[in-house]
Amino acid sequence: MSTPPRGVTGNILTSDAAGAARTETAPFGHALVRAAEQDPRIVGLTADLGKYTDIHVFAEKFPARFFQMGMAEQSLVGAACGLARTGCVPFATTYGVFATRRAYDFIAIGAALGRANVKIIAGLPGLTTGYGGTHQAIEDLALMRSIPGLTVIDPCDATETAQATAAIALHDGPVYMRLLRGVVPVTLEPHNKFEIGKARLLLDGTDVAYISTGLMTTRTLEAARILAATGIKAAVLHVSTLKPFDRAAVGALLSRVPRVVTAENHVVTGGLASAVADLAVDERLAIRLKRVGIPDCFCESGSLPYLAERYAMTAAHLVKAAQEILK
Amino acid sequence: MNELPLTRDPAALRTRAKALRRHVLRMAEIVGQGYVGQGLGIADVLTVIYFSELRTRPAEPGWVDRDRFVLSTGHYAIGLYAALAEAGIIPVAELATYGADGSRLEMSAPETTPGVEMTGGSLGHGLAQSVGMALGLRLQGRDARVFNLLSDGECQEGSTWEAALAGAHHRLDRLIAIIDCNNQQADGAPAKVMGLEPLHEKWAAFGWHTQRVNGNDIPALLAAFTQIRATPGKPHAIVVDTLMGKGVKTFEEREKNHFIRVAPEEWALANRQLEESA
Repeated sequence: MSTPPRGVTGNILTSDAAGAARTETAPFGHALVRAAEQDPRIVGLTADLGKYTDIHVFAEKFPARFFQMGMAEQSLVGAACGLARTGCVPFATTYGVFATRRAYDFIAIGAALGRANVKIIAGLPGLTTGYGGTHQAIEDLALMRSIPGLTVIDPCDATETAQATAAIALHDGPVYMRLLRGVVPVTLEPHNKFEIGKARLLLDGTDVAYISTGLMTTRTLEAARILAATGIKAAVLHVSTLKPFDRAAVGALLSRVPRVVTAENHVVTGGLASAVADLAVDERLAIRLKRVGIPDCFCESGSLPYLAERYAMTAAHLVKAAQEILK
Repeated sequence: MNELPLTRDPAALRTRAKALRRHVLRMAEIVGQGYVGQGLGIADVLTVIYFSELRTRPAEPGWVDRDRFVLSTGHYAIGLYAALAEAGIIPVAELATYGADGSRLEMSAPETTPGVEMTGGSLGHGLAQSVGMALGLRLQGRDARVFNLLSDGECQEGSTWEAALAGAHHRLDRLIAIIDCNNQQADGAPAKVMGLEPLHEKWAAFGWHTQRVNGNDIPALLAAFTQIRATPGKPHAIVVDTLMGKGVKTFEEREKNHFIRVAPEEWALANRQLEESA
């Protein structure tokens, strides 16, 4: 591994937008306002993180439809479930670590078993914060994916965050969505429209298949471009809905391109890589799989470029993973 | 569709409470054991809520303007089913399936059963969801109230106090928490398991209009609910002290009775004691 660049952790508003050609500010907050203008059932809640999860945009526009729950995540999710039972469509925000670690039972029983129409919006997914293990939601997808009936989404960029917000507002059922907040890069084309449960082939190729979720798809697209310059044709399948998992699209790609690199902003167990491996076993597909993501450890705090380098999650690492699997 | 008629006549409510207790005994006898102590102990509270306070339409359990009764303690289902049957929300004949494989009257009440607002059982959820319901109903301009029955032991769950803060902060004066103090949790008396008292002072300190009454005294319960109507601006807590097994002497006197095991020959005596009780 090359020496990681030395940076500074920065403040809690650190974003992954550095160096991005295009960005949008608070795509979730603005998309929620647009949805709420159409649908009076939509309400918002937060657990003392309104400013840090972009829902303050909604709160300013619809103060009567916004409920501050204080630093109390069980109460946050429980109240959201109660609101849903009266016909409201609640969007509840906090950080992923607090939603999934503190309020797990409330999501599993209140939201999922109860089929409550609740949307849990979870900030700081994976390594998108300079803070360490207390704030980095590195295993949230594994936890949420194992809950029956819960829809689990990890959007890639500002465009998809806005599209997914609109889509889950219309979807009747409990949803856990990871949130990219603040200044968020725009890397996907708007015509490439998000649909719940649909994986999208962003780039076709025959030599190696990248299957990625969340912000890692920005990096798999970059890695595919680097590989193309060396004559290697890489496919990029973007799986932003972890659950329900698009078995048809993933299975079709595995059958056609059996050399596979998965990429996720999450530990490599229990998330996307595991879902791909499960499918390969179920369908008896002989694939070679390399898993790029966070190893089985709590991570350091640090600047985002430092963390990406430290845990081998950059485009360069994805190129290397593809080259190794092609040997 | 018709609303369930309500009454404030103590004699009529006592008769109804005895009917609930008969259902509870019959259900417990069929399964041979269970939460008969809780079902008997809470029968007066459920009677006053369902037949004196709660606005419902038995033929339309999902009526949007209904008052909500949220049962946190799923294992009190035996009492709830008795009340739902007496209210005409579920058929009386169905009570015979309580706890049977494939029955919708599970030992812990699932929300798929008509009249059950929330799946309780994982303790500490009910008050948080009730806060959300009260927020939603107020936002929609409905004057429906939300009644949450929780237990003394449930006050050991931190989430109960998170929700208590929220109820007071948002001034949910159409939210009523009824805390059943039967002084018995799974491992014994709360004073030995994890002390809870003084409960009245705790709820009051959290900003709730709080009363403490004998939960087996129907006139006292009626007076408490009257007091609630006269006290706007705050959520309401009624700490009710109840006697587990109330109405059946042999169960009242049993020492460890969170989950009662009853010998087959005891049921005839229990039924006789219930009929002889006041």
